[in-house]
Amino acid sequence: MSRIKSIDSFNTFQTLLKPREDVRIKLFMCAGTSCLSSEADIMIQMFQKLCDEHELSHQCAIIKTGCFGFCGQGPILRIEPGDYHYVQVKVEDVDEIFNEHILNKRIVKRLLYRNPHSDEISIDASSMDFYQKQHRIALKNCGHIDPEIIDEYIANGGYTALSKALSEMTPFEVITCINESGLRGRGGGGFSTGVKWEVAYLEETNEKFIICNADEGDPGAFMDRAICEGDPHSIIEGMIIAAYATKATRGFIYIRAEYALATHRLQIAIEQARAYGLLGTNILGTLMSFDISIKIGAGAFVCGEETALIRSIEGGRGEPKNKPPYPSVSGYHRKPTVVNNVETLANVPNIIVKGSAWFRDIGTSTSPGTKVFALAGHVRNIGLVEVPMGTTFREIVYDIGGGHPKDRKIKAIQIGGPSGGVITEKYFDTPIDYESLKAIGAMMGSGGMIVMDEDSDMVEVAKFYLDFTQDESCGQCTPCRIGTKRMLEILERLTSMQGSIEDLESLRSLGEIIKWSSLCGLGQTAPNPVLSTLTHFREEYEAYAYRTKKKAYSIDPAKCIGCTKCARSCPVTCIEGKVKQLHVIDESLCIACGACFSACPVNAIIRP
Amino acid sequence: MSIIKRMVTCYINDIPVTVPKGTTILQAAAKVGMHIPTLCHLDLHDIGVVNRQALCRICVVEDEKRELLVPSCAQEVTSGQRILTDSKKAIMARRINLELLLSNHPQDCLMCVKNLDCELQSLAHEMNIRQIHYPGEKMNHPIDNSSFSIFKNPNKCIMCRRCITMCDEMQTVGVLSAVNRGFDSTVSTAFHLDLQDTSCTYCGQCASVCPTAALAEIDSTPHVWREINNPNKHVSVQVAPAVRVAIAEAFGQDPGTISTGKVVMALRRLGFDSVFDTNFAADLTVIEEAHEFVERVKAGGRLPMLTSCCPAWVNFIEQQFPNLVDVPSTCKSPQQMMGAITKTYYAKEANLDIHNLVTVAIMPCVAKKAEASKEGFNDEGFMDVDYVLTTRELARMIKEAAIDFNQLHESDFDHPLGESTGAAVIFGTTGGVMEAAIRTAYEMLTGKPLKEVRFESLRGFDGIRSASIDMGGKTLNVAIAHELGNARKLLNAIENDEVHYDLLEIMACPGGCIGGGGQPYHHGNVNIIEQRRQAIYQLDQDAPLRKSHENPAIIQLYEKFLKQPGSDVAHKYLHTHYKPKPRI
Amino acid sequence: MNIQDVLDTSSLDSNKLLELDSFIDQCENPKHEQLIHVLHKAQHLFGYLPPNLQRHIALKLNCSSAQVNGVVTFYSFFNENKMGEFTISVCMGTACFVKGSDKVLDLVYKETGAEKDVMSEDGVFSVKDVRCIGACGLAPVLSVNEKVFGHVEAKNVKSIVDIYRKNHVKN
Ligand SMILES: Cc1cc2nc3c(=O)[nH]c(=O)nc-3n(C[C@H](O)[C@H](O)[C@H](O)COP(=O)(O)O)c2cc1C
Ligand code: SF4
Ligand code: SF4
Ligand code: SF4
Ligand code: SF4
Ligand code: SF4
Ligand code: SF4
Ligand code: SF4
Ligand code: SF4
Ligand code: FES
Ligand code: FES
Ligand code: FES
Repeated sequence: MSRIKSIDSFNTFQTLLKPREDVRIKLFMCAGTSCLSSEADIMIQMFQKLCDEHELSHQCAIIKTGCFGFCGQGPILRIEPGDYHYVQVKVEDVDEIFNEHILNKRIVKRLLYRNPHSDEISIDASSMDFYQKQHRIALKNCGHIDPEIIDEYIANGGYTALSKALSEMTPFEVITCINESGLRGRGGGGFSTGVKWEVAYLEETNEKFIICNADEGDPGAFMDRAICEGDPHSIIEGMIIAAYATKATRGFIYIRAEYALATHRLQIAIEQARAYGLLGTNILGTLMSFDISIKIGAGAFVCGEETALIRSIEGGRGEPKNKPPYPSVSGYHRKPTVVNNVETLANVPNIIVKGSAWFRDIGTSTSPGTKVFALAGHVRNIGLVEVPMGTTFREIVYDIGGGHPKDRKIKAIQIGGPSGGVITEKYFDTPIDYESLKAIGAMMGSGGMIVMDEDSDMVEVAKFYLDFTQDESCGQCTPCRIGTKRMLEILERLTSMQGSIEDLESLRSLGEIIKWSSLCGLGQTAPNPVLSTLTHFREEYEAYAYRTKKKAYSIDPAKCIGCTKCARSCPVTCIEGKVKQLHVIDESLCIACGACFSACPVNAIIRP
Repeated sequence: MSIIKRMVTCYINDIPVTVPKGTTILQAAAKVGMHIPTLCHLDLHDIGVVNRQALCRICVVEDEKRELLVPSCAQEVTSGQRILTDSKKAIMARRINLELLLSNHPQDCLMCVKNLDCELQSLAHEMNIRQIHYPGEKMNHPIDNSSFSIFKNPNKCIMCRRCITMCDEMQTVGVLSAVNRGFDSTVSTAFHLDLQDTSCTYCGQCASVCPTAALAEIDSTPHVWREINNPNKHVSVQVAPAVRVAIAEAFGQDPGTISTGKVVMALRRLGFDSVFDTNFAADLTVIEEAHEFVERVKAGGRLPMLTSCCPAWVNFIEQQFPNLVDVPSTCKSPQQMMGAITKTYYAKEANLDIHNLVTVAIMPCVAKKAEASKEGFNDEGFMDVDYVLTTRELARMIKEAAIDFNQLHESDFDHPLGESTGAAVIFGTTGGVMEAAIRTAYEMLTGKPLKEVRFESLRGFDGIRSASIDMGGKTLNVAIAHELGNARKLLNAIENDEVHYDLLEIMACPGGCIGGGGQPYHHGNVNIIEQRRQAIYQLDQDAPLRKSHENPAIIQLYEKFLKQPGSDVAHKYLHTHYKPKPRI
Repeated sequence: MNIQDVLDTSSLDSNKLLELDSFIDQCENPKHEQLIHVLHKAQHLFGYLPPNLQRHIALKLNCSSAQVNGVVTFYSFFNENKMGEFTISVCMGTACFVKGSDKVLDLVYKETGAEKDVMSEDGVFSVKDVRCIGACGLAPVLSVNEKVFGHVEAKNVKSIVDIYRKNHVKN
């Protein structure tokens, strides 16, 4: 296909892109990072081979698609017609699915999702607890199109927004529409996207830039990766619209080096968009010119911060700059630069097509729309969930997430990654939006949501996050460079039973100064995990400070049946005992890995 | 109207202040007499260098409405903003941040070269720090004392990045960079190489702005004391022009105070056996250089000719422009000429055994330290100059010897190497070497006496200046640059054939040697350099003789020893050669 | 650090150096903005970024070696030291951490004999802790070169390491 020379021919082209009539069966196999690492790619090849052998290629399409979100149940295979979801599919299952489902039209029951509570089997997404409360906007194409084929995106309504903006709206109308939709940045800050664009729009210079922030550094969050892998064109379309609105001529996608697959898919998408004349000079025959290059990071969390990101694009150390001036006034090459998050941009085409009122109807009044969370930790259903703003923690963790895998008590939810804090049970019914979270001393962050059960050691969790930020600090400014180090030293002192009660006050005062006076968001939020656990779980800190904390596992002699399983599972072989006799843990050697705990069939292991 | 639009009114501690847009809180506060402590900030905008990165977070103040702390050095005031410089939050943040810096600092002030001249130390005093509440691990990076010029102790670095700003932006040498990340980050050379293995020019501009002792000069005072205390040694000393207009600052006097006679007296009291004037050698340099220039012009040799009396500049060209190493003049710098003449001519005249003759130079410069031991300056079987002390080091020795500098009587330089002209003293400032050379070259080329010795067009402070000088019908195109970044611009333009000059003068330091890396610290006040400059020109104006070739001692030197300019003897002792060096 | 080791590029494979040079020549201007891009390529070609390679890149991009070294030491992706044949990356992202990946990491160090930033003495393994490799659904996760292992339990570590050690012996 060659360049599309006008908006009219694009519209015609789109209407002609009917689904292939002859293809009766579509197999959507997840090809997200998680599923690929469970051999999804091999299964795709196997299905293709089977199709070829049975000469079904013309009526049966094998489509590798983006993450379904339900990665914990991956690899997932979705089959149309009928929206059948097969979960945890393995290489050994391929023949059976092919023979039964495709050839004999019989469902393979054992591979369908089984609700752990009700034991009911779900055939399609609408009957799966995981999907029921979700509302997919940013993720709408993930699992429904082949991200490497632009025609599928277009056929599914893609680039309609661009065509509409270019033909029916002035740049200012685009900005007004985004402004009225109330869209707020999904990268963590929640700043109004429309206002950001307007600032750049009002700057009068010859050059402006659009940057898509796909650095996604929050360890344990992967919603942006899923969008890049599963629906790269939605980001590109969002960027072109942003460029149109602000009169930018050049764009960058800054993506983490770890995201090889996402980078690959984005690269393909950019090339396809270029070939179609959706990028480059005279886009769709209009006067607009805009092109995008991909810039790959090199492993620095702080490069997610927009000014650091810009320095990194400029080839330097990713060290943030004091703001103001903000990038939308002075960014890349000191020119106005709009930096937007992946998810923010993926929302844009939907808003342009469906209008700001539609968007405002979803979510809450101050935080319209949806938010994607990466749900992980001690929860049954691990994966990506996109819910309307205003959904409560409880709904996400229990209704969507299915609760604790062993139905233990959930003690806290960590939100906002290393910048965020913990939510305790008391607040599980808080509707999630920017304001409500702020009111309870938490923050939205980029979407990491980690569930922690009653056995989690909150001091260790806080130390984990601080260790992360301390390690990722760029080292420029005093409070963050030295202050976080000192806080970490105090936490290490505490957890190795060398601390004292005064240390808790030091943690608080240091934490506050670091928040107040650090140069960038990393330092300004780094103490949050410590400060919030210190507030909500002070007794756990005190147990360390008074050195009453117990660390090693032990065995309940009344319960142990001497099955030897624990001893065999212990990586440091610190469990002794003969078959059918009581087992004993050498507490001085135990590294508290918990392996024995999971191994014991009779719950004889006692956690510290 | 437009003027009003460009002004903003804000409130500092409830006092309204109206300032132009773009003014920082720090500047606005200064206008109403509010002092805000700073550390990393350095504003040398008169010489085009500002370090405004807001990294130390010492200068934070409270933005009352937003309940936020903001760095006053970098944040520009906005209309209606209410700033509190002394809110509880601000004071506490400043304090804790300073404590954090100190918790990661070797607190050995008593033995530190910066003791009582240290911005970190003064701040600790000013902020009443009496205890470090958050002790912990300290950085432990290797100390570099490999070079002859610069001492680098990264463990005293507070990461203000002033040095990098100087080295990168002003000098465009790029020897230093922040390395590593987080707590491990520090300022270092590539691969932690010793400075002597890098392209460091030893200009010392990094050290001259470092707020702590992380970068400082290598201390040569113990060696000099040892020589002075050795009764068998005749210790001869020379004093560079820029020293006499700056050293008084170290004793609490105003910048620009001329103290030639006091310096000479102090040196005698310290025990130096003969006290000479580098100006003598500057006159000698002028003769040799003007001669070389006239010869090049006559023989159609390589032009432009570049001056070579600034060793940092020579290092720069050897490393950064290796294909241009044959264009600087082959003349040694005055320091080295003086050393060579002392050890040959003077040794003979005074009947001294050169094995017992020690030459010391007092310089505004740290690069001169490395120059003295550079290859090519000791290949006659002796070192031209054995030790170099900076202005700061001399001041320290004077204090150490309990000499009350301000009360000293004046004394004169010794003969014969103490005689000089006004042309020599202006070597201390940018444009001076050129002006001195032209005073002599004019008469050499035209054979006619020069009436007006003041060349206004060569004076000034602009980074690059050029002029066309009428040399009796023939026009000479000359250019002057100070700071190596400007030198680079000029050389690039020459390499690209964009400009054509006959003679260039280049000095590495802002303002030339008066702004040298070994001078008393200006602590960010560039006005001090300007005052030193005026003093230099005053000295020239007051000099009875103002052309180098009229210096009777020089005339005598040629008669007795060198024969004529450019002779074989002159070449042997007063000229050198340059070698391309790898760039790091 | 010996200065000759920095100046001398003869220890570098000349064909790879040529490939790197032509890669740099094709880079967009201004060249120094492509530093990170070039370093990725160089590390891909040579496996790590020794000082002489960094200086070579500095000269080609017309920036200072200090600047290049400042960038290399900033980003955790770049290695200044030689890497083992297999790099085991243990995910220390939150999802993995709460499932015990710190214990897994300790064991990987122990089993391989590698240390932080230093490969194992036999040259077989390098060990890195990385942040979320995007397979949180399989937490805890580790990867060996490109291959991802999900749901790694402490007791599996030894067998994974042993597989690769055997692979190495075979080669
Ligand atoms: C330490 C730090 C890390 C950040 N990481 C990310 C990131 O990975 N992705 C992102 O989109 N924004 C990140 N941000 C926020 C960005 O600075 C910026 O606000 C955002 O990209 C703006 O886009 P938005 O308005 O669409 O959210 C980070 C901020 C900080 C302070
Ligand atoms: S807060 Fe931390 S990451 Fe941000 S600039 Fe300061 S040191 Fe760097
Ligand atoms: S917790 Fe881990 S180390 Fe401790 S006894 Fe159990 S298996 Fe062994
Ligand atoms: S696994 Fe449980 S029952 Fe079996 S030996 Fe261990 S503690 Fe006893
Ligand atoms: S640098 Fe300053 S604060 Fe540090 S030891 Fe020296 S004098 Fe004291
Ligand atoms: S200031 Fe204090 S520590 Fe220093 S010398 Fe005096 S008494 Fe001793
Ligand atoms: S002495 Fe000059 S060249 Fe050397 S590091 Fe300092 S500023 Fe750079
Ligand atoms: S060496 Fe000195 S000037 Fe350079 S960053 Fe450190 S403290 Fe500042
Ligand atoms: S200008 Fe003067 S002080 Fe500066 S380096 Fe050159 S000779 Fe030394
Ligand atoms: S990667 Fe397959 S469902 Fe997420
Ligand atoms: S002086 Fe303002 S932050 Fe350092
Ligand atoms: S946290 Fe380990 S793969 Fe995401």
